[in-house]
Amino acid sequence: MSLVLDSKVPPGPLDQKWSQHKINSALINPANKRKFTILVVGSGLAGGAAAATLSELGYKVKCFCYQDSPRRAHSIAAQGGINAAKNYQNDGDSVFRLFYDTIKGGDFRSREANVYRLAEVSANIIDQCVAQGVPFAREYGGLLDNRSFGGAQVKRTFYARGQTGQQLLLGCYQALEKEIRRGGVEMFPQTEMLDLVVADGHAKGIITRDLRTGQIDAHVADAVILATGGYGNAFYLSTNAMGCNVMAAYRAHRRGALFANPCYTQIHPTCIPVSGDYQSKLTLMSESLRNDGRIWVPREKATAEKLRQGAIEPREIAEEDRDYYLERKYPSFGNLSPRDIASRSAKEVCDEGRGVAPTGKGVFLDFRDAIERDGAEAIKARYGNLFQMYEKIHGDDPYATPMQIYPAVHYTMGGLWVDYDLMSNIPGLHVLGEANFSDHGANRLGASALMQGLADGYFVIPATIANYLATQTPGSVTASHPEFKRCKEQVRDRIATILQVRGRRSVDSFHRELGTTLWDHCGMERNREGLQKALKEIPRIRDEFWENVAVPGNASELNQELEKAGRVADFLEFGELLCHDALHREESCGGHFRTEYQFTADDEEVRDGRTQPGEAKRDDTHFTYVAAWEFTDVGKRPTLHKEPLHFEEVTPSIRSYK
Amino acid sequence: MNLTLKVWRQDGPNDKGRIETHEARDIPEEASFLEMLDIVNEGIITGGGAPIAFDHDCREGICGTCSLTINGVPHGPDRGVTACQLHMRRFRDGDTIWIEPFRAHAFPVLKDLVVDRSAFDRIIAAGGYVSVRTGAAPDAHAIPVEKENADAAFDAATCIGCGACVAACKNASAMLFVSAKASHLNHLPQGEPEKHRRVLGMVRQMDEEGFGNCTNQYECEAACPKSISVDNIALLNRNYAAATAHEAAVAP
Ligand SMILES: Cc1cc2nc3c(=O)[nH]c(=O)nc-3n(C[C@H](O)[C@H](O)[C@H](O)COP(=O)(O)OP(=O)(O)OC[C@H]3O[C@@H](n4cnc5c(N)ncnc54)[C@H](O)[C@@H]3O)c2cc1C
Ligand code: FES
Repeated sequence: MSLVLDSKVPPGPLDQKWSQHKINSALINPANKRKFTILVVGSGLAGGAAAATLSELGYKVKCFCYQDSPRRAHSIAAQGGINAAKNYQNDGDSVFRLFYDTIKGGDFRSREANVYRLAEVSANIIDQCVAQGVPFAREYGGLLDNRSFGGAQVKRTFYARGQTGQQLLLGCYQALEKEIRRGGVEMFPQTEMLDLVVADGHAKGIITRDLRTGQIDAHVADAVILATGGYGNAFYLSTNAMGCNVMAAYRAHRRGALFANPCYTQIHPTCIPVSGDYQSKLTLMSESLRNDGRIWVPREKATAEKLRQGAIEPREIAEEDRDYYLERKYPSFGNLSPRDIASRSAKEVCDEGRGVAPTGKGVFLDFRDAIERDGAEAIKARYGNLFQMYEKIHGDDPYATPMQIYPAVHYTMGGLWVDYDLMSNIPGLHVLGEANFSDHGANRLGASALMQGLADGYFVIPATIANYLATQTPGSVTASHPEFKRCKEQVRDRIATILQVRGRRSVDSFHRELGTTLWDHCGMERNREGLQKALKEIPRIRDEFWENVAVPGNASELNQELEKAGRVADFLEFGELLCHDALHREESCGGHFRTEYQFTADDEEVRDGRTQPGEAKRDDTHFTYVAAWEFTDVGKRPTLHKEPLHFEEVTPSIRSYK
Repeated sequence: MNLTLKVWRQDGPNDKGRIETHEARDIPEEASFLEMLDIVNEGIITGGGAPIAFDHDCREGICGTCSLTINGVPHGPDRGVTACQLHMRRFRDGDTIWIEPFRAHAFPVLKDLVVDRSAFDRIIAAGGYVSVRTGAAPDAHAIPVEKENADAAFDAATCIGCGACVAACKNASAMLFVSAKASHLNHLPQGEPEKHRRVLGMVRQMDEEGFGNCTNQYECEAACPKSISVDNIALLNRNYAAATAHEAAVAP
């Protein structure tokens, strides 16, 4: 039976929905706010901003993260920047243009009203951050500087050298610490949520493990917010931090929350290529490098072969023997084409045998022309720390020889399904940031995740959560509710089961095996046969995990292998969900490219010049919907529910960046 | 390459701890230092032993989680990088490497190489912020900031809160950490109104946490993976003097 998915998008013209909704939303008086307890799981941009702001408003907040300090949440690693429709450059930007770029970038698979609201509040985010002391880049006149980013033709990206995420997160973390000191937020670092407690149909608490002592606790509240980040680490190798995981979202899914569009995963075009199997993560080279770097491979296979063997140097290759393939294929966006397009193009040229890294899986990102034009000093001022990072990891000097890059898993557009108020289908459970599915459709534009996390945390949830709380009596559910005891026991049992296996294979080895399977069959390109194969492979890996995983130590101590085992166990179930979604979506859109669904020379759209062969072919007639999956049982096909997408303001078109 | 590791092992906060020897075999030169430890741990786990606990997350030098003292130097031999950015090509086949936690009275060891750095969070909570309620901010361009000040604030703001400065200091002082945050916010017009409160709050909290005094050894700057300058400490000392004078003047 299909659930009715009500997105609760308010009526009225698009540009007035949010302001009207705020006026119509419930208000809770200050004396009552104090009586409500809200759990915020996650201290990244989304969770940290929400926890600090809700506490300022007067709610009692408990905030959780698995790192030893909230400042270390993965948002810290974002490099490039954050978008906002400020139009400080007077280059024609506007709320509508940011909205339109985001909808189009998402390949017309996101909800118009959410995206518009995101664009609308973007400007407030910059004001807020500057007031907190976030040191964005400035010009000599003392005003803020902007840069352009992939998928946009205006300069709307605010940045803080190559560490925008760290500076934004520090602003947010400092606001959070201020509230902790004031007593509004109780912080639980190194505390992992292992389950969601749903009591009488409402999300009323979580079960946690103190990672230092192993203690299992139940936390009761009036509402729960998950801001636990993305699931890119399902692929093992990704640009995410080592600890990023899907546990919180997946546990909520098992308790009834719908998981939307899991197959929309983003592969980032500019990462340092893989060099061996010992590798634990892939390092992103910020997309901002594409503003000045030119991407190319040799025109001829034979030249690439010589490069790989070290017989020639990149510099020796003449201009006419280079193929600046993005500039050639997409003359107006060139090196700034959106991520999915740039990634797939890189794979294509490498599959043709023209790749350059020793493994053949790499393309050049070359700064020669930019250095000639602007001077090495100017380039250093813009990208100095990134160049240094590259040299440290790779060993080559990017001022002298082009960087080698290759796509890697980076971001996940899919996530728990939420309505306009950011509430999931479980009343009381709200989901923010990368953990929800809401704003990026099938592909996210650069510098938009930071914007979304902070929009959700600072501006949306503080206004919308009252709509739920107003229907609740504070403290109506207590820890004596039988569901808390039951969940706690289940969590303990699961940990005991993992520890009892005492097998011979490390957790990492299973994670790596799952990751390779997903990357091969559900990565940059997917097809029916491969996905069906993955759906056979994953249960086999999972079965072996439960028979043969080696987790030393016990449950009542700091036990990093046990932490990893719990996360990988969930990835091993979640991987199947990812493949089911990818298999059912018989079209190509954004980050989801099905080889069976691409334009060919015979298509009318190709003949009339709107697109070219090999580009993604959407099927708007059959797939203009959000796929929201309901958990059935481990190893069983989940149930599909659909939220149809309606476009009133924009008309879905072929996403052309020619 | 093959290496011999001398690793600090400690079962828990109350255990005395000891140095244990591990052989690291067939380590690729391109591997990072932490990947080398992964390889060693993989061997320990499949052999039925207890893996070496160490902290890490981003593995790209920005989250401040990794915290190893390598051959006596916090974050190891290279200047301006974290342990997770250190690569094995920096070492030679046959080397013996000593690996210990960040040591300081205010950073108790939790297990093996993992320490408790929550004191840093409490210092920030004592004043390392600008009090601005969400939604109450003026337009970002309302207050221009001189580029020189913005740049100075930025240089100080690059601190990742790893604690290497404390581990490097023979007094286990947290002055570089505290001064970096003070400098970041005090250089900006947005941070100006709370300047005195901020400095007094953070310095007093630092003392309460049991960090030592600064005696101008400058080991902190050398160990800092973000090369934060000790000039910030001089500035903090001046700010602190001004703040105490201000406090005395306004005291009832
Ligand atoms: C290398 C890199 C560079 C990027 N650069 C950019 C950029 O330039 N611009 C841009 O817009 N976006 C960028 N992104 C994307 C962006 O950084 C993220 O999407 C965004 O920061 C996610 O924020 P978040 O608050 O949703 O989650 P996170 O910051 O990932 O925070 C998740 C939080 O949840 C906690 N948590 C998770 N699970 C549990 C659990 N079970 N129990 C308790 N706590 C838990 C964690 O401890 C953490 O505090 C980048 C991403 C990467 C990987
Ligand atoms: S692991 Fe993040 S700085 Fe080293």
